[in-house]
Amino acid sequence: MSSIATADVGHHGGTDPHADHHHHELGFLQKWVFSTDHKVIGLQYGVTGLSFLFFGFLLMLVMRWQLANPGIAVPVVGGFLRSVFGETVMTDAGALTAAGYNVFGAMHGTIMVFFGIVPVAVAGFGNYVVPLQIGAPDMAFPKLNMASFWCFFTSCVLMMGSFFLKGSAAKSGWTAYPPLAGIADFENGNIWLNGQTMWLIAMVFNITGSLLGSINFITTIIQLRAPGLTWMRLPFFVWAQFVTAFLLVLAFPPLEAAGFMQLTDRVLGTSFFMPTGLVVGQSVAQTWSGGGSPILWQHLFWFLAHPEVYVLILPAIGIVSEIVANNTRKPLYGYKAMVYSVFTLGFLSFIVWAHHMYMTGMGAKVAAFFQVTTIMISVPSVILLTALLLSLWGGSIRFNTPMLFATSFLPMFGLGGLTGIPLAFNAVDLFLHDTYYVIGHFHYVVAPGTIFGLFAGVYFWYPKVTGRKMSEFLGKVHFWGSLLAINGLFFPMFIQGMGGVHRRWYDGGVTYEQLAGPVLHWNKVMTVSAGILALFQLVFIFNFFTSWKFGKKVGRNPWDATTLDWDTPTPPPHGNFDKPIEVFRGPYEYSVPGYHADFHPQTSRD
Amino acid sequence: MSNPITKYLPFFTDAEVPHTVSARPDTGLYSAKLGIWLFLASEVMLFGGLFSAYIFLRLGAEPGYWPAGLLNVPVGTMNTAILIVSSITVVMAWAALKMRQLGKYKLYMLVTIVCGLIFLTVKLSYEWPAKFNHFGVFIKKEEASKYEEFLGNKHLKDTGQSPRWEISGHLLDAPKGSHYAHQAEHNAEHFAHETGRHDAVTPAEDDYVIQLDAVNANPSDKENDRPHFWPVPTSTKLAVIKASDVESASVFAPRHSTYFATYFLITGLHGLHVLGGIIVFLYLWLPFRGGTQLYKTNPEHLANRVEIAGLFWHFVDLVWIFVFPIFYLL
Repeated sequence: MSSIATADVGHHGGTDPHADHHHHELGFLQKWVFSTDHKVIGLQYGVTGLSFLFFGFLLMLVMRWQLANPGIAVPVVGGFLRSVFGETVMTDAGALTAAGYNVFGAMHGTIMVFFGIVPVAVAGFGNYVVPLQIGAPDMAFPKLNMASFWCFFTSCVLMMGSFFLKGSAAKSGWTAYPPLAGIADFENGNIWLNGQTMWLIAMVFNITGSLLGSINFITTIIQLRAPGLTWMRLPFFVWAQFVTAFLLVLAFPPLEAAGFMQLTDRVLGTSFFMPTGLVVGQSVAQTWSGGGSPILWQHLFWFLAHPEVYVLILPAIGIVSEIVANNTRKPLYGYKAMVYSVFTLGFLSFIVWAHHMYMTGMGAKVAAFFQVTTIMISVPSVILLTALLLSLWGGSIRFNTPMLFATSFLPMFGLGGLTGIPLAFNAVDLFLHDTYYVIGHFHYVVAPGTIFGLFAGVYFWYPKVTGRKMSEFLGKVHFWGSLLAINGLFFPMFIQGMGGVHRRWYDGGVTYEQLAGPVLHWNKVMTVSAGILALFQLVFIFNFFTSWKFGKKVGRNPWDATTLDWDTPTPPPHGNFDKPIEVFRGPYEYSVPGYHADFHPQTSRD
Repeated sequence: MSNPITKYLPFFTDAEVPHTVSARPDTGLYSAKLGIWLFLASEVMLFGGLFSAYIFLRLGAEPGYWPAGLLNVPVGTMNTAILIVSSITVVMAWAALKMRQLGKYKLYMLVTIVCGLIFLTVKLSYEWPAKFNHFGVFIKKEEASKYEEFLGNKHLKDTGQSPRWEISGHLLDAPKGSHYAHQAEHNAEHFAHETGRHDAVTPAEDDYVIQLDAVNANPSDKENDRPHFWPVPTSTKLAVIKASDVESASVFAPRHSTYFATYFLITGLHGLHVLGGIIVFLYLWLPFRGGTQLYKTNPEHLANRVEIAGLFWHFVDLVWIFVFPIFYLL
């Protein structure tokens, strides 16, 4: 930390000659808490997001214990969990209750998607890296950037606080489907201070923060590119963030609208999503006028939540692209095709949402339309993956830790993507819907897919942020352990899913043993794998913190990279650059014949 | 630089970012202008979500469950005109700044702010409260024949129109234990005072007594088949309805029906946007550092701010141009 603080004093730079007005030393609070600097905000988002990823993972560990050992107290920490989460969630003996399983399930999904991956992948890496890669002194609207983080932070406090309300946090799934979500959590008699209402309020803050951030990203990328940095000279990571930001700007607001509607359903007694003749507890509910439509919520929710899948995956593809080009020492294969594909992907992602809704009875014609668009979207996805795969061809690959994570991303994301194709078909989905096959499919996309991409990014840009490399040895231990354990965790889900195991059985399928008996023993394998996976994450956490002080010191460009983020001092000061930036070439000019080095930085004139 | 904001609140010290005031040559935009257009794109999607909910719920509504003609069209028309005028004056305020005429800017901005305030006042002091003192009961379909004289379903069927299930007006007596007992009592006193009649409160404890709207007073009158442009006053005819014949009963609040749910949510969110616009305009109109004081140091920057706020204001106006027909006219 101290090295960053001193680097800030007395620099003369930025692309703007007037940048050296304010050279007073900032206090800790101003510099690290209430900061408008994109790098600090990126770190705030990144560290908060990584903590949430770990927390969401721990929730899942407790659930996995319950699935493999239904009704048996959680070992070691059972009593502790009972005292933290209360009687709704844990029994006195320290086992997970059915309601507790629902709480953890809903919060695992919510936290991983909205509080973990998006903050790390989009807001964390995007904030830190995008302005550096385009040669900008900061984001276009630094104060808006700060507002974005504090909106997000408010949503974090509300969402975590909801665990401690009477009746605990939301338990209607991360999708919050009404009418269940409309009637849930009223047991404590308070229409405001209960899990589901707090979930909605927290989500409104989360969405607002996300909107402010993505508007900032798009404006920054359009307005603040350095001289000479034309569109086709942008690093692919910037393209990925650009399309991601558009998805967030256009897809999130309908969910915000839907959130308002569910909120009024809960606190004002409206019936947006409450159908006529709703029966609650064996009698027709008189509280609602009726006339609403639960399917309306599903449309509005998935109109966000499908593009959201690409919000989760595109930044990771961007990170992997940077690392692949850098460590194969050759340009990306088909850079332009990748750019056009990512745009096509972004566009198509807006018209596939109802493939999550084949089971709602919305009609065969509608289902047929979404089936076609869903198959279409696999084309640009495959182009992206194939281009990355072909980029490896003929390279002299350096298998450092970031590259190990980046290369393993390709088959893992591939597996996740390919297992999605059967789900796109209406007829197959009727059988597989809501089974563990679906869980396996999207976890392969986001866990060994996106999260491995994020790990790659952490190992790759850590030296730029701290001035020190993370330990290669510990990195490799982390990688190999995680790769094996994560496959042990997720692959059996395909087997269980095809065997008919439903995603919402809280006893791991014991009640349905006659149906699912032959595949239930996989629960033990998955739970043990999850435990092992947790142990290897401790290696990462240890590496992350010790390297900050004891890692190997590095200079401006430890990976011999070409893009502008490696053309700043390490760590970059306030205002980022210590010289005027002008760009003369594309982003990945590695191994150019006739050039004296094997990398040709974008700013080099010769 | 002795900027008091950055001196005492140093976390507002930004890196010097280009194109905050001057346009970038290849895009022709200063950053905030691009930013506000992106923000408006997200706003289109936000209101788009709400409008699609309106379409979805209206198309899915059972015949007779989507009311029409409940809103005051002349007042809505007046509010529409006021918003349009304010949209014109905000452009003139911006043009005055571009011509460096501070006095004219202040005048036009004042007119804009006043228009916004009138709009909100009409909404909050007249339109919404009038709804909250209006009561409707939906009759169970199997009991509807008992109330034919208020529903007029034979006439509606003969003329090929949707059936009517609701009886509405002012509530004069509510069943025992109802949330609306207090309102009913108040209305009954008012009714007795106006008409000299004291028959509004029945001895039975499970009755609704409603002073009928014109449409329920004469449900078979052709005059009442179409909504009226000028609002028709409540009749003095009363209807007594047994609570057990009622499917749902509510004042014209969000919980009354999906119609009022969408009406209040959309106009409420729109009202919040109007309020936000007024606050920003006040900031730009008063001698704040970022308001008219900015004129002395960087008039172009102030003009840009007015342009941005104006674009937002046009959007708010445009939303109303959709709200007005779908709720008041259709």
